[in-house]
Amino acid sequence: MDHILSIVLLTPLVGFAILLAIPSSKERAIKIWANVASLAGFLVCLPLVFHFDPGRDFQFVEKAAWIPSIGASYHLGIDGYSLLLVVLTALLGFLSILSSWKVIEHRLKEYYAYFLLLQVGMLGVFMALDFLLFFVFWELVLVPMYFIIAIWGSARRVYAAFKFIIYTLIGSVLMLLGILGLYFEHYRQFGVYTFDIAALMRTQLPPETQWWIFWAFFVGFAVKVPMFPLHTWLPDAHTEAPTAGSVVLASILLKMGTYGFLRFSLPLLPDAAKNPQIIQVMAFLSIVAIVYGALVCLMQKDWKKLIAYSSVSHMGFCTLGIFTLNPLGIAGSILQQINHGISTGMLFLIVGIAYERRHTREIAEYSGLLRVMPVYTIVFLIAALSSMGMPPLNGFIGEITILQGAYQVSLWWALAIVSGIALGAAYLIWLFQRTMLGELHEKNAGLGDLTPREIAVFAPLLVAVFWIGLYPKPFFRILERPVAQIVERVQPGYYARHNLPNPLVRADAGGTVTPAVR
Amino acid sequence: MTFLDLIWLIPLFPLAGAAIMLFLGRKLDPQQPSAVALAPGVGPAPGMHGLGHAGHSHAGPGKKLISLLCPGTVLLSLIFSIGAVAELARLPEKTHQLILYTWIAGLPFQTATGSLARFSADWGFLLDPLSAVMILVVTGVGFLIHVYSIGYMGHEGGYYRFFGYMNLFVFFMLMLVLANNYALLFVGWEGVGLCSYLLIGFYFHKKSASDAANKAFIVNRIGDAGFILGMLMMFHVFGTVRFADVNRALAGPGYAPEASWGVLSVMALLLFVGATGKSAQFPLYVWLPDAMEGPTPVSALIHAATMVTAGVYMVARSNALFSLAPATSDIVAVIGAFTAILAASIALVQNDIKRVLAYSTVSQLGYMFLACGVGAYWVAIFHLYTHAFFKALLFLGAGSVIHALGGEQDMRRMGGLKEKLPTTYWTMLAGSLAIAGIPGLAGFFSKDEILWQVYSSPQGSTALFVVGLITAGMTAFYMFRLMFLTFHGKPRMDAHTLAHAHESPPVMTVPLAVLAAGSVLAGWIGVPKLWTAFPDAFRSFEHWLEPVMLRAAAHGADAGHHDAATEWLLMGLSVAVALGGIWVARVFYLRRPELPERLAQSAPGLYNTLLNKWYVDEVYGAVFVDGLAKGGGTALSEFDARVVDGGVNGTGWLARFTSQLSIWWDTWIVDGAVRLVSFAVKVVSYPVRLLQTGYVQAYALIFVLGVLVIFGYYWMR
Repeated sequence: MDHILSIVLLTPLVGFAILLAIPSSKERAIKIWANVASLAGFLVCLPLVFHFDPGRDFQFVEKAAWIPSIGASYHLGIDGYSLLLVVLTALLGFLSILSSWKVIEHRLKEYYAYFLLLQVGMLGVFMALDFLLFFVFWELVLVPMYFIIAIWGSARRVYAAFKFIIYTLIGSVLMLLGILGLYFEHYRQFGVYTFDIAALMRTQLPPETQWWIFWAFFVGFAVKVPMFPLHTWLPDAHTEAPTAGSVVLASILLKMGTYGFLRFSLPLLPDAAKNPQIIQVMAFLSIVAIVYGALVCLMQKDWKKLIAYSSVSHMGFCTLGIFTLNPLGIAGSILQQINHGISTGMLFLIVGIAYERRHTREIAEYSGLLRVMPVYTIVFLIAALSSMGMPPLNGFIGEITILQGAYQVSLWWALAIVSGIALGAAYLIWLFQRTMLGELHEKNAGLGDLTPREIAVFAPLLVAVFWIGLYPKPFFRILERPVAQIVERVQPGYYARHNLPNPLVRADAGGTVTPAVR
Repeated sequence: MTFLDLIWLIPLFPLAGAAIMLFLGRKLDPQQPSAVALAPGVGPAPGMHGLGHAGHSHAGPGKKLISLLCPGTVLLSLIFSIGAVAELARLPEKTHQLILYTWIAGLPFQTATGSLARFSADWGFLLDPLSAVMILVVTGVGFLIHVYSIGYMGHEGGYYRFFGYMNLFVFFMLMLVLANNYALLFVGWEGVGLCSYLLIGFYFHKKSASDAANKAFIVNRIGDAGFILGMLMMFHVFGTVRFADVNRALAGPGYAPEASWGVLSVMALLLFVGATGKSAQFPLYVWLPDAMEGPTPVSALIHAATMVTAGVYMVARSNALFSLAPATSDIVAVIGAFTAILAASIALVQNDIKRVLAYSTVSQLGYMFLACGVGAYWVAIFHLYTHAFFKALLFLGAGSVIHALGGEQDMRRMGGLKEKLPTTYWTMLAGSLAIAGIPGLAGFFSKDEILWQVYSSPQGSTALFVVGLITAGMTAFYMFRLMFLTFHGKPRMDAHTLAHAHESPPVMTVPLAVLAAGSVLAGWIGVPKLWTAFPDAFRSFEHWLEPVMLRAAAHGADAGHHDAATEWLLMGLSVAVALGGIWVARVFYLRRPELPERLAQSAPGLYNTLLNKWYVDEVYGAVFVDGLAKGGGTALSEFDARVVDGGVNGTGWLARFTSQLSIWWDTWIVDGAVRLVSFAVKVVSYPVRLLQTGYVQAYALIFVLGVLVIFGYYWMR
């Protein structure tokens, strides 16, 4: 158990190394190995779930010297938030590799190699407790993703890949500047060079400095989320990427942005985060993203681009939840990040399956698929309903929690969200109508329904959709503590001021009596 | 184990039926629409809708199993409901709550009053007199309609799909009415909306059907946005959404009827916005008439008897809240009355038999909200209950006519079917008399009570009463217009259709007969107080609902202080108006059929406005669909492509430009400088280079010359 996080991190890396040793000509062996390695990557995560203690903060911590001269260390650990993202990453990493079985026909070895490498980077981002280590993993993610889009993407792949890399690189550079600012400020105050996040949190930063560092971080994270108006790389990248690439992009890469906000911007820069001006700007950008993304979706003719734009809208909910700065909003935001990973992942897989069979993404090319692909239609319907927040599926739980948090801040925020919910139903159900219902085109008449492999890809996601929707309790329980950490850091004494039981204070130990909760 | 402990089973039976259909349906009923329509080059037959065209397939054993299983699950629910309600009646407190588990077990938060609450909701059931009425209506009428569907849908493709959706619908509807809190009610609320979507779009290959399904779904979601907000406010104010807890809080000393727009009024208004979507009230009623694209049993079950009454149920369920929000209640009453007369006016001139009934439903739902608005919640539920009988009956009867005519829905091509379809005729006549408000039939009791309450309640008014009265006249007129056009006069269809017209099989006519009996008798549990000849047993409905509506009853206690003479007068007036409506319809469509035509020609503006449904659809289409959604979407896509990406591409261009600039700089300035240096070196080194010839002899010569020069220098000194 001592090195479980390293094992989780290294499994795809070992898979990657062995994959390189397989000759390129043995295509079947490459495919099988990539699937085995990524499945193993998921399975080694399971002990994390079973041994996780929701009553403690960072767990499974590992720390070793890395570059002692500059104070960088190999420091890993996860709390409830990271746990959810790590498991989501491992699961979707495996499913996206499984979904690629038939689609990818050239340069197989490179393709799977990039995916396994990507997996390492993403897992690392969510585990790192050292800022430099985090940054290395953050950058590590970019490279394989760039090649995945640029090599296996569709027609405008090079443009899309370039746009993706330029946007994110600019973000990364500014974020690095922010990190270095913190690093040197910490040295000035304590005389010690360290990238350790817990240590950096002790730095006392004057509000102006926080303000600058916040905006530097903002660019880095907002590009990833993406927040309006830094979002235009997303429709291109998501649309041009191969299916599995889009799935990973939407389900996991975007979460790196929101993760950054919650893990770094808020706790490290609490004065900036609660600056009313900043909150107003963030809320404004989120609300614009919600409404704007949804309206743009309505007019898309490209199936995949529509799903891509829906991410802009959905991630707007998540960022708005973050900047409510209250427990419900943040918990809802985290839950919604997971939900978005599940439902948008499914929606991209669904487009991918249609694309695989017909090689077009034009919505107008499809109609009446219910006739030939009934199982596929049901899966699509469930994914769409989950995405639009239909109870009792997962999206509802996340949205309503964010809404309750937003409502406590302002009725207008809540109004913006519900308008997004109504519009979300409109574009998704209209998409469903245009593709699944209606007359069957003759060219679609021969399409086959889902194969057992494809059903296997969807099955775990469907289970998650219903699980979170019908029994979200374990998720809230896992999130209670990380959320309290963030809220107490940004607004010290929030729980006490609002007469709430503070999950960080053990009722039995501190003598604080937890009031009875209905 | 009593029935009360097993109420969780009531929704579970139909869910099981739906699940079996989902996973095994295709194997049980292999006669797929795809199998028919996918023959090469053959598009989906447009006549799929036309019944009996898909071929009289042999009802295989699988199909028979479906016909047993799916109505069977609803019958089981009905039996368990009756059992549970019978046990409930014996409980002194008349309420039974069963919580399965905590469903949304969210985080704690602080309510508006500063107390601690947890953002949570149960997966729990509440059986009380109100939900008892609802589950009996849902399972009872639902079962009859399932049975009817065996005959009606027997020749259609996708038989299992139909019954799967219907079972799923019954599940969600039962969740809606049995939920013990607003969040779980919302699960049912959205679930029935989804099933409605699927069933309206049952003939999914028809563009009009899938368009109608879309419209229904999206319009409902707009209403739902209001409902969600109202629910959030409730969480924020009371810290809970459980009915019992909310009502307990409202009964506390902290709350009194709000004089103006307070938090309770806003909350109630938001909930009512949700109700206008689901129960098709102005301005969100536009989806319901289009929803008639679905198969007729669907229209009967979902779009007449059950789902569309969910909004009324929800408002009645929230009566403690609404009775503290008089401003909102006024809005409810006005919207209800306005919708009632608006929809009735449209129904006057429609030619599609199902559309007349659809607008009639919208109008009757308006009555129910009118009753809610004046604080007569029990009367609203009473009308909901009687309406379920006669409206389901009328739809099923219309279905029987459509079935007989091979899919014809236009009343201008009907007529004279009385002899051909006697059972359908007589049962529908009972339904029409009931809805028209002829004394003794179900609709009379409930509608008359609504009108009386609207007049006499302190929240009511004479103006609203007059609107209700005029609507009653219109109702009688359009219903008998429908009856005369369909069953009387000369047949106007072609000879072939007429020859094939036949009475429906017993599997369809027996449900009609049962519903007709209900339409005649169901009202006798709500006899007017004025009819003192009848003992109180004939007024048991109000007493039955009393425990749910204590607060509302207390507020409405001073109602009915008018003298008996006024009440008799108003009752006589409403009966006279109903008879008048029937008489006018008789003159127009039996005696002098040329009259309506002449009337339409004399007032073409009014006629066309009514025929075109006041152009509401056109206005919505222009403003919301084309303007806001399509226009806004296009504008923003352009914004992305031009402005944001313009910025990005501009930056790219700038980067290229600056890189060109630096290339130029590098080439001419930096490299220039470097080259200048090298040139200078070259120039300076040129003479030296002249010497560096590489020839040893030359070097030797220079060496010798150099030596000589040096020696010469010293020698000269």
